[in-house]
Amino acid sequence: MSSTTVKPPPPPTPAAQKVATREAYGKALAELGKTRQDVVVLDADLSGSTRTNVFAKAFPERFFNIGVAEANMTGIAAGLSFTGLTVFCSSFAMFATGKAFEQVRQEVALPNANVKICATHAGVTVGEDGASHQMLEDLAIMRVLPNMRVIVPADGLETEQVIRAVANVRGPCYVRLSRLKTPMFLPADYQFEIGRAARLRDGNCVTLIGTGLTTYHALRAAEQLAAEGLQCRVLNMSCIKPLDTEAVRAAAAETAGIVTVEEHQRAGGLGGAVAEAVAESHPCPVVRLGMQDRFGESGDGDALLEHFGMTAPAIVKAARDLLART
Amino acid sequence: MINAPGKPDFDQLAAIARELRIDVLCMLEKAGSGHPGGSLGMTDVFTTLWFGGWLRADGRHPDDPDRDRFVLSNGHICPILYAILARKNYFPKSDLDTLRKLGSPLQGHPDFHHTRGVDCCTGSLGNGASVALGMAIGARVQGKDFHVYFGSSDGEAQEGQLWEMATAAAHHKVDNLTGFLDWNGIQIDGYNKDVMDVRDLQAKFEAFGWHTQTVHGQDLKGIDAALRVAAAVKGQPQMILCRTVLGWPISFMMNKPHWHGVAPDRAQLEQALAELGVPPDEVAALAAH
Repeated sequence: MSSTTVKPPPPPTPAAQKVATREAYGKALAELGKTRQDVVVLDADLSGSTRTNVFAKAFPERFFNIGVAEANMTGIAAGLSFTGLTVFCSSFAMFATGKAFEQVRQEVALPNANVKICATHAGVTVGEDGASHQMLEDLAIMRVLPNMRVIVPADGLETEQVIRAVANVRGPCYVRLSRLKTPMFLPADYQFEIGRAARLRDGNCVTLIGTGLTTYHALRAAEQLAAEGLQCRVLNMSCIKPLDTEAVRAAAAETAGIVTVEEHQRAGGLGGAVAEAVAESHPCPVVRLGMQDRFGESGDGDALLEHFGMTAPAIVKAARDLLART
Repeated sequence: MINAPGKPDFDQLAAIARELRIDVLCMLEKAGSGHPGGSLGMTDVFTTLWFGGWLRADGRHPDDPDRDRFVLSNGHICPILYAILARKNYFPKSDLDTLRKLGSPLQGHPDFHHTRGVDCCTGSLGNGASVALGMAIGARVQGKDFHVYFGSSDGEAQEGQLWEMATAAAHHKVDNLTGFLDWNGIQIDGYNKDVMDVRDLQAKFEAFGWHTQTVHGQDLKGIDAALRVAAAVKGQPQMILCRTVLGWPISFMMNKPHWHGVAPDRAQLEQALAELGVPPDEVAALAAH
């Protein structure tokens, strides 16, 4: 696999449309339901927040609210899939992967069930609800499960493509979605593909890799660095597993080093996956930006991203520091 | 609601149950580990289900999308399921000798990647019953009329997830779902009442909105009669609580918590086979097989 190069996106304007990926998910799911009679959706009393309620309204006979019982929901999802259905199963990331981890392992990953766990409210950008609801370990625990694919769309456009893609591939998928409204920054001709990173910006100085909403911040950082004459490569690593190891190897070989940024613990997520791939293919400096082995706290989503060092200023500094030591 | 089969020949069912118990004991002795207590206790219930005309499934077509499903949520008693599947020609009976060995199609807990006729991966208590519920809802979504049966146990009733399942099945009025709960009062660490008292399980399922019956788990006619009552229920899931005797009918195993999860050795197997009426000359041959 190798990274696809797409046109650099135009600089965002202050009026750039902002859409939460959960919003795009709800719409994409309802759209999918029109053509796919085999699609069934489950939720655990959060359908208004995960936006599965859009599907529920359109296809009530194919939507089941399981109540506040994520473990049971996960088992039911597997059972439905074993009768030939394609099942989307939603809750907040904390509960869908945290509370129901064992059921995800035993009844979805182990049997290779055709279940798509689409979890919203991931990361610190949940915001005001605070640490108990800010899932920062889900990429790590989903990524280690055999059979599981792990995907984090960067904006609303990519979310629509991801939902279609996971519906068209058999087997378990984990899709990580956000509550925060974020810019629709990917170009109109963007094409998501499972297992491929998208190169959003060319450069041979440092490679900046984002996943989900942090890719936008990596691009902003690259613009600032370019103003200083430092042309950085930017990869949108929406697919954490299977990882585009060729794109990572190329970045390691062709640039001075890699900076990863994610709203997740520094251990086990994007940074962990990239570091593993680099170590096995072409060792180079890797700086992992993310949560520094701590939990989050309440606050505005954008403010929390800034506070915990996942936005352009922190990425710019990390890239400069990396260059200084190479 | 399902069409009940004709009255089975109970003498024939009893003979089948005896042979299944022999298979269970022999395979566990060869494996050297596994769970005889619940396997023997639930033999009569599952014999009625599989050989009394209830479960509509065919060993020649294990993937038939319209077949009835059977999920053993208390997956540790899979020796009895394997003995049944072998007798139903899902795989050769000689496979029973490979239970729990590397490369065997018969895993320590049910796994449908390995074993023809197994509908689910179970073993972690609480999980399988939810999967069974999902299958039952799947029939409704697709306008199919298959029925889903599942096995559970009093130990599993200590798992919160079983009650999540019970709540949801009643709420969604899932009536193509019938559970058999092995209520033998024993779990791996001892008696339920000492480890964690599950109290009146029939009253609990009743309160959760299920149609409930309690049967003597060793009474083939009573089990068949309960299935007839359950088959006529509309708009409610059904739970048949089975008062079984752990280890039935082996004298040294019955009601002994030790035999929840310990395989018999050769001498114990020979004694058990003798108690099941296996002639002395056949005991040695079976044990040595």
